[in-house]
Amino acid sequence: MVVGNQKEVIIETNNLRKDFNKTVAVDGLDLSVYKGEVFGLVGPDGAGKTTTLRLLAAIMDPTKGSATVDGFDTVRSPESIKERIGYMAQQFSLYRDLSVNENLNFFADVFGVSGKVRKERIERLLTFARLTEFRKRRAGQLSGGMQKKLGLACTLIHEPEILYLDEPTTGVDPVSRREFWDILTNLHVQGVTIVVSTPYMDEAERCSRIGLMYEGKLIECDTPEAIRQRVPGKVIQVWPSDRIQARDILRNTPTIHEVQSYGEQLHVFVDEIESGIKLIEETLANANIQVKAIRQVEPRVEEAFISLIRRRVAAGSA
Amino acid sequence: MSETQSNGSHNLFAIEVEQLTKDFGSFRAVDHVSFTVERGQIFGFLGPNGSGKTTTIRMLLGLLRPSDGEAIVLGTDVRRNPEKVRPRLGYMSQRFSLYDDLTVVENLRFYGRTYGLKNDRLRKRIQFALEMANLKGRERERTRNLSGGWRQRLALGAAILHEPDLVFLDEPTAGVDPVSRRAFWDLLYEISAQGVTIFVTTHYMDEAEHCETLAFIHDGHIIARGSPQYIKDTMMHGQVLELTPDDPTLAMGALTRAKEAGQLPVEEIALYGAQIHIVAPDVEHYQGAINEVLNQSNVDPGTISVIAPSLEDVFISCIRSEEE
Repeated sequence: MVVGNQKEVIIETNNLRKDFNKTVAVDGLDLSVYKGEVFGLVGPDGAGKTTTLRLLAAIMDPTKGSATVDGFDTVRSPESIKERIGYMAQQFSLYRDLSVNENLNFFADVFGVSGKVRKERIERLLTFARLTEFRKRRAGQLSGGMQKKLGLACTLIHEPEILYLDEPTTGVDPVSRREFWDILTNLHVQGVTIVVSTPYMDEAERCSRIGLMYEGKLIECDTPEAIRQRVPGKVIQVWPSDRIQARDILRNTPTIHEVQSYGEQLHVFVDEIESGIKLIEETLANANIQVKAIRQVEPRVEEAFISLIRRRVAAGSA
Repeated sequence: MSETQSNGSHNLFAIEVEQLTKDFGSFRAVDHVSFTVERGQIFGFLGPNGSGKTTTIRMLLGLLRPSDGEAIVLGTDVRRNPEKVRPRLGYMSQRFSLYDDLTVVENLRFYGRTYGLKNDRLRKRIQFALEMANLKGRERERTRNLSGGWRQRLALGAAILHEPDLVFLDEPTAGVDPVSRRAFWDLLYEISAQGVTIFVTTHYMDEAEHCETLAFIHDGHIIARGSPQYIKDTMMHGQVLELTPDDPTLAMGALTRAKEAGQLPVEEIALYGAQIHIVAPDVEHYQGAINEVLNQSNVDPGTISVIAPSLEDVFISCIRSEEE
């Protein structure tokens, strides 16, 4: 699947590395982000997602390697990069005792947006973030979801072409999250390049491409569909009468790769569907466990992700 | 874990809530809520921020007195006898409430003593919690140095140290990465298999799928209840149509503009990677209009099919129809 019509690279890293004392936070990263795409960075805590975003935002210099953003080197031309990007950190600091309006005005000052342009832009951003009716409310009094939207609006005050968002929806409820992503989709349609880190796998599904980071390295980078297909074998969903017992038995069956629990159901990873279903049915029948339902399901990004990481960990400890 | 009562309906239910209500001044946080949780179940309590989840939990724990209604927890009326039931309850609050400057083992000892564990039993239970949480070898580490996943498992260990029959987990996985979250859920399944009832709130719909029964709460009201499958099969207002256009970004722009101009009165259009999801009642009715919009923008709509809604789709649909 192509990403848009153009495939122009706008962000590129070359063997990018960042050490903090003895810890290698980012370890030889080779990453390309295409202009206009929504690129999702996913990975466990400490995988290097935040450090990567900071390196790309030219906030810190790499220990080794290099990165260019819109043609500018992050070490040599940080100022040119800062003009072109908007960066919303995980702990993005709004002024809690200032109103929505005052926060936007403050960021307009910082980025040198003034006069008529400023006025128009603030109005547009308020509408865009659906915050117009809350413009006089103090930021500290907004709900979590609204604070995130205000943070995004402040990040957009200088109309950056590239947007970095570090876990922008953590702790936000599903309804506000959906709204936040609708706003991101609007920006995407307008041509803004978005790099977003997230621990939510359903959000990863909304990206044009995702990069899975693990221990500072990019271990997979592709479209959500392609990543889903990278799960070894097929997934069978089983609804057994005794889930816990069924799980333990299936986990110890040699040709079954993996068993994951979903409520009353199990997702069983096998090489092939027909023989897999037969094997599961027979194995459970031998243990006097009834099968209430069994069918093939498509793996989700979350399952693909956990499966890929678990294989990494297994390979590392072997 | 400990003995269960053997008579009457109390044997079946860990929680029975009838018309439970809580007012804070003129604000009604929980509004005549009724539900039951079977013993040994993993029960998921979902709702947006401020919908009444934490208030409900605090009433069930006997920490907050209901304004009206009844809550029977483990066979006891919590309103009348909170101190009778509380020793059998475990609670893990949103921010894990661990002492950052204490070590792992000091935190466990503190919680154990709070629940009246002593001597041999305290030692055994601390060992159990360390093993369960996979924290062996980290006993002397300060809690603040632990990553999110470790802290979370430690907090769970602390919450079940006194072998409660019912555990409340209030957003236990906020800010924890997917791999740790999965490990945490595997632990919950283990605990549940031992007969402990688990009452959990979460914003993660993928986690909600792990629960046996769910209730959606919105503005203090329960708006949907049942197993994840039942909710997906019956509670969706409308259907989801999936398109795989050749240029999803262009298609998304064209469809959104058409929706805003009133030409495509669907409920929702969302971009998922290379796919577009359109939600509307009787969505197939709109196929012609969708094709027309895309043709005008020279986008090939690709395949168009009605797909099963995700739990999140259903959740959002339920809430939006409440808000209308």
